[in-house]
Amino acid sequence: MVSGLGSRGNPFYGRDVLSILDFSRSDLEYLFAEADRVRRDPSAFSGELRGYVLATAFFEPSTRTRLSFQAAMLRLGGSCIDLGELEKSSIAKGENFADTVRMLDAYADVIVVRHRLEGAARFAAEVAEKPVINAGDGKRHHPTQAMLDLYSVKTLKGSVDGLVYGVLGDLKYGRAAASFILGLSLFKPRKVYLISPGLLKAREDVKEALRERGVGFEEVESPSEVIGELDVLYVTRIQRERFPDPSEYEKVRGSYVVDSKLLRNAKEGLIVLHPLPRVDEISFDVDGTPHAKYFEQARLGIPLRMALLKLVLKG
Amino acid sequence: MEEGLLVRKIREGTVIDHIPAGRALNVLKILGLTGREGLTIAVVMNVPSRKLGVKDIVKVEKRFLEPSEVDKIALIAPSATINIIRDFQVASKRRVEPPAVVTGILRCPNPNCVTNSEREPVTPRFVRVSLSPLKLKCAYCEETLSEAEIVDQLVSPYG
Ligand SMILES: [Zn+2]
Repeated sequence: MVSGLGSRGNPFYGRDVLSILDFSRSDLEYLFAEADRVRRDPSAFSGELRGYVLATAFFEPSTRTRLSFQAAMLRLGGSCIDLGELEKSSIAKGENFADTVRMLDAYADVIVVRHRLEGAARFAAEVAEKPVINAGDGKRHHPTQAMLDLYSVKTLKGSVDGLVYGVLGDLKYGRAAASFILGLSLFKPRKVYLISPGLLKAREDVKEALRERGVGFEEVESPSEVIGELDVLYVTRIQRERFPDPSEYEKVRGSYVVDSKLLRNAKEGLIVLHPLPRVDEISFDVDGTPHAKYFEQARLGIPLRMALLKLVLKG
Repeated sequence: MEEGLLVRKIREGTVIDHIPAGRALNVLKILGLTGREGLTIAVVMNVPSRKLGVKDIVKVEKRFLEPSEVDKIALIAPSATINIIRDFQVASKRRVEPPAVVTGILRCPNPNCVTNSEREPVTPRFVRVSLSPLKLKCAYCEETLSEAEIVDQLVSPYG
């Protein structure tokens, strides 16, 4: 499917969702307004996508993201089909990715793809006539996660603009963090701290996106250096499977932990977000503090993805 | 020194002028010219140039260029001009321009890019993001290719 202008002023209709940077600030605001409507009256949306079919094709396991797309579709009255576990599927019999996508294109109205190869979603979008939604490819993009994260900030803090952000974790291989930072570049944050161990610093293309759009940022190694300034602390986990070299992973695992001791120096209104699942980068003693907003963030994923699916499929 | 003093005019063929100094042999490589074809070839290197300071020139008698060869030359020698010679006269003269989209000529350096997946019917495609220095970006994974990497690929024995 080729990206293009939508109908009836809806910038999402019929479009692929491949990178957060494929969208403008006003596109995202349009989406957030729709997600707000879904949250206000979910029952009004329960029959919106009756008769529509969503296919999930996850070439890399992620139960959470897959279920959240499926739940969103079911809550809109649509149906879901799933490629199933890879070892039991056609892939195991030797079918290539392009043929799998062609098959799903014939069965479904929208295809949600996750793949370990970078650019796989864009390739799928070229092969398929139906819209393709990227649910994560390689280490670069996870646009719907970024949409949800920005929507969470907007919902919890009133606005994405004017805030001081800390993005903590694996900024090199982590696509959630990279997509969130790219998403922030579309807004007007007061400042963005990129917080990571030296080995996991943000990639040049991500920093370039901030520079290009005039967003001030600074790289630091430890959250304690900046915790007092932050309005939003976005924490991500270190994912072993993204490391090309396992010994590199061993060097950085467990290199940062957000705990209640760290948060003692935080602003009263600081919110801590995390795309989940967490392993040990946020200790459980944070859960009971007013800063912990990651479960609320996860809940917002459903109305956000409902809004997105509705806009892409129906306008 | 006037280049005309070094090399006689050709009757018919192609003169590739304004090649960045040091890249003349790369141009020959792209054209697949080894000297064993029996064609008259002149390679002049480090000639003073008003535009470039110094430049290289390649003249090949009785040989004209395919569009894909012009694209490749544009990628390794973006300043080059191509003159078609007929009957000792310049019949046409044009500047090369690195294509805005490069399809199929270059490989993506990212091993984790979908275009490097052997069994997928996908042709590598790059979008030009900067002209000078030349910089291309993979249309799929967004990895960038620098001018040096582009030259390396086009002239490497495996390219
Ligand atoms: Zn690539």
